[in-house]
Amino acid sequence: MIVTLIVARAAAGTPSVEARFDVPFTPGQTVLDGLRYVRTHADPSLAFRYSCINANACKECMMVIDGKVAYACTTRLHEGVQHLAPLPNKRLVSDLVTEIAPPDERLFPRSQ
Amino acid sequence: MIHLQTDVLIIGAGGAGMYAAIEAAKAGSQVLLVDRSLIGRGGATVMAMMTVAAALGEQCPDSWENHFADTLAAGQGLCDEALSAILCEEGVTRIREMDDWKVGWAREDGHIKQAHAPGHDRPRCVYVDFLNTGPAVSKTLRGKVKNTTGVRRIGDVFIVDITVQDGVACGATGFHMESGEAVTLAAKSVIIATGGLTRLYGRNSASLNMGGDGYALALRAGAELIDMEFVQFFPIGHLAPRLVGLDPIMWDPFRYKLGGTLYNGLMETFEDNYATGPTRSDGNYVLTRDKATYAIFKEVEAGRGSPAGGAYLSFQHVPEAELRRNFGPVIDTLASNGIDLTKGPIEVAPIAHYHMGGVRVDASFSTAVPGLFVCGEAVGGANGANRLSGNGITEALAFGARAGQSAAAYAHTHMLCWTAHAAAATLDLLARRAQSRTANPAQMIAQLQALMASHVGPFRTQAKLEAALAEIDALADAVGDAPLASGLPFDAMLIDWLDLRNMVQVARSVVIAALARTESRGAHQREDFPGRDDAWTLNQVSALRGGVVELVARLPRTQLESVA
Ligand SMILES: Cc1cc2nc3c(=O)[nH]c(=O)nc-3n(C[C@H](O)[C@H](O)[C@H](O)COP(=O)(O)OP(=O)(O)OC[C@H]3O[C@@H](n4cnc5c(N)ncnc54)[C@H](O)[C@@H]3O)c2cc1C
Ligand code: FES
Repeated sequence: MIVTLIVARAAAGTPSVEARFDVPFTPGQTVLDGLRYVRTHADPSLAFRYSCINANACKECMMVIDGKVAYACTTRLHEGVQHLAPLPNKRLVSDLVTEIAPPDERLFPRSQ
Repeated sequence: MIHLQTDVLIIGAGGAGMYAAIEAAKAGSQVLLVDRSLIGRGGATVMAMMTVAAALGEQCPDSWENHFADTLAAGQGLCDEALSAILCEEGVTRIREMDDWKVGWAREDGHIKQAHAPGHDRPRCVYVDFLNTGPAVSKTLRGKVKNTTGVRRIGDVFIVDITVQDGVACGATGFHMESGEAVTLAAKSVIIATGGLTRLYGRNSASLNMGGDGYALALRAGAELIDMEFVQFFPIGHLAPRLVGLDPIMWDPFRYKLGGTLYNGLMETFEDNYATGPTRSDGNYVLTRDKATYAIFKEVEAGRGSPAGGAYLSFQHVPEAELRRNFGPVIDTLASNGIDLTKGPIEVAPIAHYHMGGVRVDASFSTAVPGLFVCGEAVGGANGANRLSGNGITEALAFGARAGQSAAAYAHTHMLCWTAHAAAATLDLLARRAQSRTANPAQMIAQLQALMASHVGPFRTQAKLEAALAEIDALADAVGDAPLASGLPFDAMLIDWLDLRNMVQVARSVVIAALARTESRGAHQREDFPGRDDAWTLNQVSALRGGVVELVARLPRTQLESVA
């Protein structure tokens, strides 16, 4: 099966452009599996956050998937098109990465 | 460039790093706790779902010496007994302290409940329901660190090198992942608490951040590694169908609460064919981890594997009500993955799970480099050739506390010795990063993982190990010394390249030690040298020589006078 991931890509302060990636998958695989496939096979520069991969313990992989805030590691891929965008209410860092650390755990604590 | 200074710098905010921070601050030091991920979220601690071993004597009478004896037995003659003793004795203090801090150890009849995990002589392992041990431990420590004065926490800081001045650790150098800016951190003492290396392998239970950074940091700083050949494979890691929202090793508590039967691809049971040594009276779960790994590997090799290349694990004998009583919401998570344990088996296989080896330390957790301390899974020696289940978290907490105390004591009696010159090589490396459209470091990591899985798994031969060594050295050449980069903030390529730089060095240290050890013991099984050879009751030490990891010493095992 193939899914087309349409990713809103941008660095902070630049307009976002849509990148399309066709990703082969088997049923049950997740959006995070798909993104990691893109990094390994298509575009190693695509930025997204994750740590734990399977456990849904780190809570770092939150993004907007088809219009809803969700974890990339628990959202399944499906045939057709899936739209991925960074969290809207956090400061954009790059591509799907936003500043999610609590303010008192940041290097620059005053940035919001 | 950002420059910060502190008394004690701690790299890695898992159980070990956070405990070290609390203890170092308690001893009066200013502490800087940094992590490449978010604080308390990046490593193994937050993912652990099972049990934590400590001789509390709540379930039945127990003493730390019993736990110590089991730890040494599992370690098959190779434990650094001074470290094992700290794990077992001070583990009790830490687990009680965590209870005071309201971690929520499961209770029964007014006492802390202790489960009987394999390899332990009695019920000894505490946990937090349901499969919530690691998240609860992490959350408790995060809260505690936050409320400890004197600790500054910073996430998204990737440490690239320990910074060394005249052979003494004087801080660390890295970069801020969000901005890409270089970061230099001056400290009177430095603690590596970066966890293990299981991301080196294709099938693993690792997080992104467990490619063995700490071993590479220690090597390049001039410290030594010990027991690097001993990588523990967890026998019944989840294999199929794709399971998300749960850690891949979560079938273990199912097995010791509910039994659970392993079948090969022909639906025959096979565990008994491989079991030796003491069996439990209830007949359940008799194989320790290395033996179960062996059994499944051998079945797959003989063409009797399950479709995805492992074994079937069935809980069909367990009534649904019983499943739900024991695992509550976990049953719903399984259902959302399309898994109904009453209807059919799942598939499991051995996956890389823990690393017994690590940085060589003494009982104060200091390394061969003055000012450099190590704690947690990054330390080698306490578990010898194989780790008892439940010793991982206990060791993280007990060693973390000790290292925090030692590093604070060191900081009290030493001055900052930072010089800009000491950080220059690492800053130059980062400055050399260049954008590339051709090379893909993520793909090279996948290649290394596949190689380690096929050639340096739990069952090894000289031919395979030699082939692996040649390929690793070729990969190291391909990695070179100019980082690849995308040039974007949160530079995925730079991060992958730096990971790869560490991973090839650490992979080499595993392979050379495995190649030299011509016997089979614990997690290291040589198919061309079956059986244990008492002449090999020694620990192998490696270090950098001319920029390359080499074996530098063999240490005969000495027993602790007081307990032996
Ligand atoms: C899935 C899983 C389940 C487990 N279950 C159990 C269990 O039930 N019971 C048990 O006793 N043991 C268990 N273990 C083992 C145990 O969890 C670990 O041994 C222990 O938690 C290690 O703690 P630590 O603090 O040393 O390292 P970790 O918790 O791994 O923390 C290391 C931290 O260092 C950071 N880091 C790494 N490199 C860098 C760098 N270059 N710069 C900055 N930061 C860095 C990482 O992001 C991470 O946050 C399990 C392990 C895994 C993987
Ligand atoms: S990757 Fe950890 S919660 Fe999604």
